[in-house]
Amino acid sequence: MNDALQHEAFVTDTPPLDERSLYLRRLVIEALEGGNRGHVGSSMSLIEIVRVLFDDFLNYRPDEPRWEGRDRFILSKGHGCLAHYVMLVDKGFISRETLTTFCHQTSILGGHPEAGKVPGVEASTGALGHGLSIGVGMAVAAKMGHRNHRVVVVTGDGEINEGSNWEAAMSAAKHKLDNLLLIVDYNKLQSYGPTYEVLDLSPLAKKLEAFGFATLEADGHDVPALRDALHKLPFTPGRPSAIVCHTVKGKGIPFAEGEATWHHKSRFPAEQIAAMYDALGDV
Amino acid sequence: MRKACINHVYELAKRDERVVFIGSDLGPGLLDEMKAEMPDRWYMEGVSEQHCVGMAAGLALEGYIPYFNTIATFITRRCFEQVAVDLCLHDLPVRLIGNGGGVVYAPLGPTHLAIEDISIFRPLPNMTIFCAADADEMVRFMDTSLDWPHPIYIRLAKGGDPIVSSPEHGFEIGKGIVLRDEGPVLIIAMGAMVSRALDAAELLKARGIRCRVVNMHTVKPLDTGLVDELAADSDLIVTCEEHVRTGGLGSAVIEHLSDSGQTGTPVLRLALPDRFPTEYGSQDSMLETAGLQPPQLAAAIEVALSRTTATGTGKAS
Repeated sequence: MNDALQHEAFVTDTPPLDERSLYLRRLVIEALEGGNRGHVGSSMSLIEIVRVLFDDFLNYRPDEPRWEGRDRFILSKGHGCLAHYVMLVDKGFISRETLTTFCHQTSILGGHPEAGKVPGVEASTGALGHGLSIGVGMAVAAKMGHRNHRVVVVTGDGEINEGSNWEAAMSAAKHKLDNLLLIVDYNKLQSYGPTYEVLDLSPLAKKLEAFGFATLEADGHDVPALRDALHKLPFTPGRPSAIVCHTVKGKGIPFAEGEATWHHKSRFPAEQIAAMYDALGDV
Repeated sequence: MRKACINHVYELAKRDERVVFIGSDLGPGLLDEMKAEMPDRWYMEGVSEQHCVGMAAGLALEGYIPYFNTIATFITRRCFEQVAVDLCLHDLPVRLIGNGGGVVYAPLGPTHLAIEDISIFRPLPNMTIFCAADADEMVRFMDTSLDWPHPIYIRLAKGGDPIVSSPEHGFEIGKGIVLRDEGPVLIIAMGAMVSRALDAAELLKARGIRCRVVNMHTVKPLDTGLVDELAADSDLIVTCEEHVRTGGLGSAVIEHLSDSGQTGTPVLRLALPDRFPTEYGSQDSMLETAGLQPPQLAAAIEVALSRTTATGTGKAS
């Protein structure tokens, strides 16, 4: 394990990826192959987070994406959109064929997700540090309208460098938004390198706690652990909730795991695509 | 004008339950009545403007119409990406009310002057930019703002500006108003410069020069139809703005004239210079330094018109 992964290490007995997690990752490879580019590491670290959200937590209607009672899900780290896209395929919001048009000229699926183009995408993200404030607005709106749906915002860790997140965090606490959940995909690697070298976030959970979030830490690849955490929401009535998910960038692809150079890749040689499929058990 | 604008948010909120007010650490007592009557639609956030714009976007995505108020330059300079992405890309009906457009905050120095605010926002698709000439026009605008389906930047003037608008002219976002129609000099002005342009026209009349004066309260979308109609028989087009020359009203007019092939009429752009002001004082003193008070406007127009006449580029006799 390299230094990046050891920093703020969250030691658990992470179970090996099951077939569903491997399948979702193979869908990511289909999109990477179709678009011949993509944020590999950033998407792979998110898979179990979005899987558990969409399988076990969020309320939604794939045939009625704007259903008023839906829970709002904002992927603030828009560059991880492939993880979101594959869940939208898996749940029937979009077709599997659409996935392979990723980044094509007329595709609805761009390198960052756009509301209004992709059913199931609430807000166009990609510029970092925007999603939490939008989520605060949505959660305030839900409180105002006495509606029970929840708002979930997933950020990256490098994204937390943006000061706007901390403005939003203070506001979420001020407004007692216990209908708001922040999940941080803490894979410890940002574009240039380890987060502790670029701009150290530690102790991240304590910082969020200090800013008013009732905060849990979890292994972001441990499906039962994530389920358990989500079922405890809100962690404290009258406070926004946060889960710091300790993850591995590039999870599931051994040669990409923990490697900053796999943050984003383009022009994949055929053998690299094949190697990724091999790693994910596609034989 | 600010009072008329902000108080009208409360009036709109009484009429329409979608209206929400967000402030960013504004003065004590602001909209106390609204706060007391509808506390869940009145939000005083901290000194966190970027968050406020994002929060307003979240509210608008849920069907609300947020009116967000703080100092103009903190909206335009600091929040550009939030305004571009959260508001304009999503095309949301959020209203950004900017205190102290232009050099209103002259005594406070260059950190507080919104002298390039229009050029910051004018390139943004879906954005609407409005600058009221006076408090009465602000009220007329606020009534029409409710159902405008796009983001709006509302540039507030100092307050106490002379009333030059009138109800008989009506009001429509994106439609300029001809306040004086004597030609052949066409003066297109916005905000606090409208009354100064009218005063300049009066001074010029005494010297035998007749002017039209247009209150171009909406800089974006520009009323190109009105510009076309009036430019056709003008000898000189003059734009007057409390804003730097780059990217504001004058630029918008010139771009339209050029794009539509109407390059025969000279255009004089009267605006703030391309530098940060180095003095304090007052809005009036700063406008005077920039040559934007009525006698200076009149003199500049007279010189430009004489050049036009000398070179024979004028159309009217």
